[in-house]
Amino acid sequence: MSLLEIEDLVIHFHTEDGTVQAVDGVSLNVEAGEIVGLVGESGSGKSVTGVAILGLIRPPGHVVRGAVRFEGHDILRMPEAEQRTYRGRRIALVPQSPRTSLNPVIPVGQQIARLIRLHERASRAAAARRAIALMEQVGIPDAGGKARQYPHQLSGGTCQRIMVAMALSSAPRLLIADEPTTGLDVSIAARILDLLRDVCVQTGSAIILITHDLGVVAETCDRVAVMHAGQLAEVAPVRSLFRHPAHPYTRALVAAIPRIDADVALTPIPGAVPPLLHPPPGCRYADRCDLVSARCRQSRPELLAIGPGHAAACFAVAHARASAA
Amino acid sequence: MPVPALLEVEDLAKHFPLKRFGGAGGGVRAVDGVSLTIDAGETLGLIGESGCGKSTLGRCILRVIEPSRGAIRLAGVDLCALDRSGLRAMRKQVQMVFQDSAAALNPRMTVRRMVEEPLLLHEELGRAERRERAEAVLEHVGLGLELADRYPHELSGGQRQRANIARAIVTQPRLVVLDEPTSALDVSLRSRVILLLERLRAELDLAYLFISHDIATVKYLAGRIAVMYLGVIVEHGDAAQVIGDPRHPYTRALISAVPVPDPDRRRSRFVLRGEPPGASAVVQGCRLRGRCPLAAPICAQPVALREVAPRHFVACHFA
Amino acid sequence: MAGLALPGHPWTGWPGMRRLRRNPVSLAAVGTLAALVLIAALAPWIMPFGPDDTDPTAALFGPCWPHWFGTDVYGRDQFSRIIYAARVDLAVPLAATSAALAVGSFIGMISGYRGGWLDMLVMRAVDAVLAFPALVLAMGLAAALGSGTGNLILVIAITQVPTYLRLMRGEVLRAREMEYAEAALTVGNPTRRILFVHLLPNCIPPLIVQATLATGFALLTMATLSFLGLGIQPPASEWGEMTAEGASQMVTGEWWLFLFPGLAIMLAVLSFNLIGDALRDILDPRMRGVR
Repeated sequence: MSLLEIEDLVIHFHTEDGTVQAVDGVSLNVEAGEIVGLVGESGSGKSVTGVAILGLIRPPGHVVRGAVRFEGHDILRMPEAEQRTYRGRRIALVPQSPRTSLNPVIPVGQQIARLIRLHERASRAAAARRAIALMEQVGIPDAGGKARQYPHQLSGGTCQRIMVAMALSSAPRLLIADEPTTGLDVSIAARILDLLRDVCVQTGSAIILITHDLGVVAETCDRVAVMHAGQLAEVAPVRSLFRHPAHPYTRALVAAIPRIDADVALTPIPGAVPPLLHPPPGCRYADRCDLVSARCRQSRPELLAIGPGHAAACFAVAHARASAA
Repeated sequence: MPVPALLEVEDLAKHFPLKRFGGAGGGVRAVDGVSLTIDAGETLGLIGESGCGKSTLGRCILRVIEPSRGAIRLAGVDLCALDRSGLRAMRKQVQMVFQDSAAALNPRMTVRRMVEEPLLLHEELGRAERRERAEAVLEHVGLGLELADRYPHELSGGQRQRANIARAIVTQPRLVVLDEPTSALDVSLRSRVILLLERLRAELDLAYLFISHDIATVKYLAGRIAVMYLGVIVEHGDAAQVIGDPRHPYTRALISAVPVPDPDRRRSRFVLRGEPPGASAVVQGCRLRGRCPLAAPICAQPVALREVAPRHFVACHFA
Repeated sequence: MAGLALPGHPWTGWPGMRRLRRNPVSLAAVGTLAALVLIAALAPWIMPFGPDDTDPTAALFGPCWPHWFGTDVYGRDQFSRIIYAARVDLAVPLAATSAALAVGSFIGMISGYRGGWLDMLVMRAVDAVLAFPALVLAMGLAAALGSGTGNLILVIAITQVPTYLRLMRGEVLRAREMEYAEAALTVGNPTRRILFVHLLPNCIPPLIVQATLATGFALLTMATLSFLGLGIQPPASEWGEMTAEGASQMVTGEWWLFLFPGLAIMLAVLSFNLIGDALRDILDPRMRGVR
């Protein structure tokens, strides 16, 4: 049994203009201790999926169908009170924009301590001590001094470390990091990624790293899931994904990013992400794909295994593999 | 007879004083003695992390912020010496593309009106002619004419950025300062905008000052790159050289920290200690001194840029 | 949660009017005011009685036919007087508020954009004016300047100018940091265009809301001044003055002289307030965009 099993998750949002079909049948497993990257552009549904794992989809969004099984228990079917025993404790979130996720009028050390006391019985003094220990664990120098400071007095990198410390305070089995490096300087971002990797090694918790940056994924993740317009395009171990990208979207994505290690031409991905309000039936990449066929527009391709741990949702890929076999 | 550079910046500095009660103010030396040149039609990339002063430098060149000292010469004309009307006329030649495409567009102006405005201000054109030229530019940047009468909030991020670019080039400027134009864009949009910028540069013979912290993008567009740290340029040279063979420790740390989409290539990281000091810290000598693994007593001496390889300049005692 | 917020629409054009239409209470308020304005404007032609037509034989009649709101001690039809009074009672607050809005926002805009010495001077002047409670200030000015419609407009406008000034200054301080204000500069706009073409349209909406609400307060100020004898003088019809007259008649039991003018004031002020509230709901969340 995997640590986390997402099965056929479908999430819709009801807006004034119609129903946004944000996530369309995503299935993904995460094993204990691994780092899985969830990659996609904005509108791909990666953040929504991450939030759904915590059971935090609220109106106007709702989960149409699907299950999120953590250690065998379906989070989405639990009552709110039971969800809260998982949320923030067994599954923790490191959100985007750390500065705005922190309370601006409370010193950071106190915020961590409050969180500790929320989840377990601890005296103020003990919680404060643990907060400082956590801050040291995430690599904040002069933790005691910094604990008394307010978020606006700290740098972006330090704030992000505080968020990681808060997430770690309850020793979670699963950490969801939502765009942890967006907005941070390159060198700070690199250190945060180092931190996340260290956390994974030290505590054995699994990490779901949500990002749009393929470079981040290549350097940090063990496995990668690529999402496009709410659908899963490809899942693979990181090396396989970059060496043999199968899904046309993955290949296009790799070809569209400027890189400093090679002098390759940039090829933008043709077309645009289809509107999620009235998405086309079938594969949502069809209008942008160079391998599109009539079948792609009619029915949705399933995720099919094409290698060890490597699966892609594409008729063309499946077809090529079948004929090669 | 060498052609003079299009843009010459000489010892530019911008000091933001901090008012303090009783006694010396101190302040933030956002830009502390920067000199650079840009030739017609070339792209100079200016990279650095937040707080290094690159945005301030860009704004000084446009005189949105008044420099504390130094000279800025555009095609020989000293921009700092211009009076108000001269300055406004100069604005026809130097334009800016902003980072936040949504905030850079007036929420109550249609795209058309916005793109026509520079023509209204700088050129004596009839209404119809203005409209024609604006529409031509919109098509040139790939914005369909059906979007011309929309408001910014009705456009997507990529469309907004194209509108920004259209506004910047409609007066056919010679230099465009781009301040993080692609940072807020998605991967697929980013590559489109990069290619668009490159095409426009070639077709309209524009020169770019491309300010960004996204080094891969800068590498793609820039012929030369300058690296800024805490208000000074620490290294500059040809793009391939600065990125392929960085000599300054800060550049080395920066380049080695950029994530590469290749899992097999675990780069050796050149790590600097700690974090950049607060902006108002007063520094003697090399600004990297507190963090650099190569630091030695000599680093307390001020260090100037010197040529360590053809057209490759570094400000480090050990380069 | 971050990333899940859906885009908001700033108030461009008149999409907000759609929202206004959907709110029945504010619709009723608009309707009431519109009806009042219309009847007041057409009063000379549709009212059966003039406001100054005395009829000693019909003195102090309670509500009856044809005097729906009764008559006063001189036999003047109260209903007609109230409608005629609406002309003053609506025109003066509207005029005063408009004038205050124009002057206040102009000075506030320049003060906020320029900053420096000018800004400091202006703000100290504003602080001085705001140190007086509005009504006290109005009373003092009215006593000093004397009665009359023109003076009344001036007095009420003066009490309102600081509010708009401050509001506009605040909005301009915010807007001038926005990148589109910077872009307006880099594109080559002279300062006056930056202020009037770019900043003003974006800064004015909160002031519109304030003005609508303030019109109600202006009406109350005017009615109070007239009640105290400082505003419109008798025999001119004005709701506040009529209420004062009616109050003195209360002891003898002629309740209609006091009630109906008071109700008129209440209805008008309530309508202004409701419209202002509705406008605020339309403009504010949309102005701020995404949460």
